[in-house]
Amino acid sequence: MSAIYILWLRELKRYVRSKAQIIASLGQPVMYLLALGFGLGPVFQKAGNGSYLQFVAPGVISMTILFSSVFSGIAMLWDRQFGFLKETLVAPVPRIEIMLGRTLGGATVAVIQGCLILVVCLIAGFRPAHLSSLPLAFLFMALIALVFAALGTAFGSIIQDMQGFQLIMNFMVMPIFFLSGALFPLTNLPKVLAVITRLDPLTYGVDALRGALIGASHFSLLWNLSLLSVIAVAFLSLGAYFFSRIQL
Amino acid sequence: MIRVQNLVKKFGEFNAVKDISFEVQKGEIFAFLGPNGAGKTTTIKMLTTLLTPTSGKIELDGLDPTHHRNEARQRFGIVFQDPSLDGEQTAYENMELHAVLYKVPRKLRAERIQRLLSLFELWDRKDDLVKTYSGGMKRRLEIARGFLHTPKILFLDEPTLGLDPQTRNQLWTHVKHLNETEQVTVFLTTHYMDEADRVAQRIAIIDHGGIVAQGTPQELKQQTNSDSLEQAFLALTGSTIRDEAATSTDQMRQVAKMWGNRR
Repeated sequence: MSAIYILWLRELKRYVRSKAQIIASLGQPVMYLLALGFGLGPVFQKAGNGSYLQFVAPGVISMTILFSSVFSGIAMLWDRQFGFLKETLVAPVPRIEIMLGRTLGGATVAVIQGCLILVVCLIAGFRPAHLSSLPLAFLFMALIALVFAALGTAFGSIIQDMQGFQLIMNFMVMPIFFLSGALFPLTNLPKVLAVITRLDPLTYGVDALRGALIGASHFSLLWNLSLLSVIAVAFLSLGAYFFSRIQL
Repeated sequence: MIRVQNLVKKFGEFNAVKDISFEVQKGEIFAFLGPNGAGKTTTIKMLTTLLTPTSGKIELDGLDPTHHRNEARQRFGIVFQDPSLDGEQTAYENMELHAVLYKVPRKLRAERIQRLLSLFELWDRKDDLVKTYSGGMKRRLEIARGFLHTPKILFLDEPTLGLDPQTRNQLWTHVKHLNETEQVTVFLTTHYMDEADRVAQRIAIIDHGGIVAQGTPQELKQQTNSDSLEQAFLALTGSTIRDEAATSTDQMRQVAKMWGNRR
């Protein structure tokens, strides 16, 4: 247990210490929020769908969590390069504990990032439907973070260099974001897109968060909750499997 | 303390380690020497559970590291050829993390960290991030960390590579001191023959994956009629340079890795 804790703590320390990186990583979501939220707002309203800022804010929060958590897993590349990974892999600690410590640390950092963006959203004019549903929103944020931190750990265990990192970013993370319903409603989609969005785990995260924050969701919250939990367990197992196979 | 019998490691067709056997006594400083690509690091990786041997037997303090991984790991410390510190944490935090991973009792932790950091003259800089350290300081920290959990065996894989003579000298003085006071068995590799001559009680020379000679530095010199260990080493391993062959296999392994053959 203490091994999980100390590795979790390390992820947090690294996060808190890299202030420049915190600011930098918030830049992109803020841009999405402002440019899309205000830029597409009038069109969205004319189509009879209400405020786009209200609609897109949960999507942007999910995006922040997605990027931050996958990235924390891939950051293992640096630990591999600078050798710290080896120090943990020869320690007399089961690999699963090392994997869990790292993954939970990455997920925690991602939730913090998501909360920061939530605050930015509030400043920009976003208003949650009920304050009482905030705890539920945090639960979903944590679930999204866990799902993708685990996926990040799996990726981080497989790829060995920066090219691999680019590959994952462009062909996994960006599609997961764009095809998730973070930016558009899930109703009346073309057939193909409708199918693809339903295969994307983030879809259910965004939908659940939207349900918790603005009271409008496509699927039922219970469905989202159970599906996300199953995916979290599946990805954690996948991450643990690939992490256990790392050879140095 | 270490007993190796008929150890073999193959990477596909390539025989990295061919049937080697040796023993290291408790409290001994044992040097494992050989040209580049001779199989030193592969052997250390097998001894320290990072690689599984193709065949053969290893015993560390009576334990087989391939089966009792964590128990074996608890008993040794290792300083790798390349650094393995967390640059984003302070020296003290690096030590603390190691202490937690190796289950050093909480009461002992602070005291032992202070003792080792002071011994390796890092105590004044303990709260600085490791990324601000010089190469020599990082090495000292790594060796201090290797001793932290009072291991029975300390593996040092080319610990003095790229250090100036002053630092090297001081490092070995500390290692020798801890070897005597804490009865730690030390298993080291190095390319500096003078170091091995001065520090090691016994030496094994490995070449092309096999052990070509074993004995005290004195015995090796007598055996080859040389006055220095360096001469003895060259007499035993020849003077051809192996670098190129070694790197091309490394490159092959790199390519294989990239395509997902993770062996």
